[in-house]
Amino acid sequence: MRDARRQFAATAADLVESDDSVALVYAEISGQYLREVEARHPDRVVNVGIREQLLVNVGAGMALTGLRPIVHTFGSFLVERAFEQVKLGFAHQDVGGVLVGSGGSFDVSGGGRTHQSPGDVALLDTLPDISLHAPGNAVETDMVLRSAVAGSGLHYVRVVGQANACTFAVTSGNFHVVRRGAGATVVAVGPVLDAVVAATAGRDVTVLYTSTVRPFDARGLRAALGSPEVVLVEPWLAGTSARHVADALRDVPHRLLALGVDRVEHRRYGTPEQHVGAHGLDAAGIARALEEFLRPAARCGGQGANRRAATA
Amino acid sequence: MSETTRLMGLMTGDEKHSDAATSTLDVLRVLYERVLDVSPERVADVDRDRLYLSKGHGPMAYYAVLAERGFFPASWLAGWGGYDSPLGHHPDRNLVPGVEISSGSLGHGLPLAVGTALGLRAQGIDSRVVVLVGDAELDEGSNHEALALAVALELDALTVVVVDNRSASYAVAGRIEERFRTEGWHAVTVDGRDHDQLEKALAHRAVGRPGVVVAEVVEVVGR
Repeated sequence: MRDARRQFAATAADLVESDDSVALVYAEISGQYLREVEARHPDRVVNVGIREQLLVNVGAGMALTGLRPIVHTFGSFLVERAFEQVKLGFAHQDVGGVLVGSGGSFDVSGGGRTHQSPGDVALLDTLPDISLHAPGNAVETDMVLRSAVAGSGLHYVRVVGQANACTFAVTSGNFHVVRRGAGATVVAVGPVLDAVVAATAGRDVTVLYTSTVRPFDARGLRAALGSPEVVLVEPWLAGTSARHVADALRDVPHRLLALGVDRVEHRRYGTPEQHVGAHGLDAAGIARALEEFLRPAARCGGQGANRRAATA
Repeated sequence: MSETTRLMGLMTGDEKHSDAATSTLDVLRVLYERVLDVSPERVADVDRDRLYLSKGHGPMAYYAVLAERGFFPASWLAGWGGYDSPLGHHPDRNLVPGVEISSGSLGHGLPLAVGTALGLRAQGIDSRVVVLVGDAELDEGSNHEALALAVALELDALTVVVVDNRSASYAVAGRIEERFRTEGWHAVTVDGRDHDQLEKALAHRAVGRPGVVVAEVVEVVGR
């Protein structure tokens, strides 16, 4: 399958070609994939150089004239370095656009912390009404980008190397039921589905999937709920969507296990797969966490049950 | 006392920024009375000229000028800064007709204006984009990202007016004009209280490059 970032570039170029109201702003990153469309449409495809604060506000300034900007660089520089520009240039001005961050939590594993942004989704989640997307592979990246650009408001599309084998249609804010079971509900968000499917093999659980991080499908979670146990699996900071589960189930006594990237800075290089494993997000890690969380003894404590009780 | 000054008198409660407010008064009057092609009827017209008040601090003069030009009722001024007032101590484009950008945090207006100039050019619209910044606001590094790109992309629709009341902590005389000129901007310095000088400088549109007008307003006491 095609690399998701190359797919982003190809789809973005196609959108610029086919719609005069679409602009593309980038900051050197991915320029190798964008030269051709930039040469054809220099008025609407702009490389700002290594200037991320400018990158975001140039996109917002274009949006103030009615264009629909796609704004792209690594997530760490787009979201974390230029966060106030996202907050004020887009959200506070109340103009829309599509931010596309690549790299995610550890695509650039050898690059170290500077190029890793496990906190991007949590940070953007502080903004009102932002739509957050984590396409699970290149095909979903194409669909999500087209849908976000055709839509309105502010969107963030997280384009990463990790990929799911299966592709699901983009249904804004609706979980796909991958598998139905009588027990716990495991929610896989973005490119963690393959690991979740492997980790839950043989368990009587429901598996939900979505590439739409926000809006969160509270109704879908309630509808799918078997036993009142929820496992969230997210490839960014653990617990990022936990408050939405709590909101969705505010009148249902439940237990929640939120898996994701932990807050400890590992200071390791190597491969993305090694980082996925180190944060317990490979199939083996998820299976171990499920085993501990769903062990029958854990239920003996009622609402007071927790992981310590489960292992006691 | 001018009508604008009388209207400013209706606003109280932001004395901290009163110097900042009066320093921009003459520049704003000249822009709205003599230079910008915009009116209350054309606030949504894509062909209008745009003023981005980047230096959102001390917007009394801005509100007074907009009210005097009829963008919103002068009756709004008295309650400014109140919970129910659309007029904050920093302006919000979503609340005030005629306000083009919401500002307050420094260093955002010029980068936004670069994007707007690009967006207008891409749509074949020849309007001007004028950004008002303060001399101390230029401390913010984001401005310098914009300074370089605006020249590289030949954004001649873009004009920056720097209201220079020497409020920057490390000000060096002449440095602002020099810095813009070094980057390739058309640059002039004028008396920021002299309406004819301001009009001449602000009405000028350089060909193939952006322009800056440094409006010196060193004396702010006793007006």
